[in-house]
Amino acid sequence: MGAQDDFIADAMQYAPQLYSSALRMTRNRADAEDLVQETLLKGWRSFHTFQEGTNLRAWLFRIMTNTYINKYNAKQRRPQETELDEVEELFLYRRMGAVDPSQMNASAEDQLMTLFTDDEVKQALEELPEQFLLPVLLSDVEGFSYKEIAEMLETPMGTVMSRLHRGRKLMQKMLYNYAVERGIINETLLEAPTDK
Amino acid sequence: MPNCQETLKELETFLDTELPDARVSEIMSHLTECVDCQGAYEFHAELREIIRFKAQKEDLPEGFLARLVNCFGEDVLPEE
Ligand SMILES: [Zn+2]
Repeated sequence: MGAQDDFIADAMQYAPQLYSSALRMTRNRADAEDLVQETLLKGWRSFHTFQEGTNLRAWLFRIMTNTYINKYNAKQRRPQETELDEVEELFLYRRMGAVDPSQMNASAEDQLMTLFTDDEVKQALEELPEQFLLPVLLSDVEGFSYKEIAEMLETPMGTVMSRLHRGRKLMQKMLYNYAVERGIINETLLEAPTDK
Repeated sequence: MPNCQETLKELETFLDTELPDARVSEIMSHLTECVDCQGAYEFHAELREIIRFKAQKEDLPEGFLARLVNCFGEDVLPEE
């Protein structure tokens, strides 16, 4: 039982991270809590297969990702890849980054920080089509490498990279749309500059 | 050294710290010399930080950690 007791202490430190990602995946607090609990129990039971010295956090996220895909995903009815319009490169930057910082009251950094609410960032993630949500979440929020994400999703690394790229652009477009809807960005003032 | 178009194309992989070391130096040389690309770099680096920071902010449900610790004792996971 010694090793399993160690597991509980070590794994519990990742519970808050697992929970916030579980919430983005399931979009529901009760399911998120169940998903984390199931992840930790599976980890606890199969801890003998964990290779000492490898990354426990990545191992737990792999278990959670698989559990989510196999069990919760079916309930989601999250949009699959449809006829998504291709979002142009540097979508947000072309609209906002080009604003002269000297003309803003706040620094560009503060500007971006206050432009999008916490809820909008979470919503943009949660509304990503299935195949983009997991790579973007695992990379941009959890900071895993391409290789780690490819292993978790059992997907080739090139696929992870292209999904990340498209998912990020889509997320930028959603964030931009939220800001326009809230009247924070006036579309006519921030016309996208043409390519240089 | 990469030009602007190449730099912007690889910016995302650069930010992901997934470029080979030699390419990282080349991109960095371009960024130090090109105000336009540096602006794009700083914008995206900042956007990343903000997305991570905001997406991770989550209050845990009351009693969540205690329930998790307890579940190990009961080991209630149904067999699949
Ligand atoms: Zn340049």
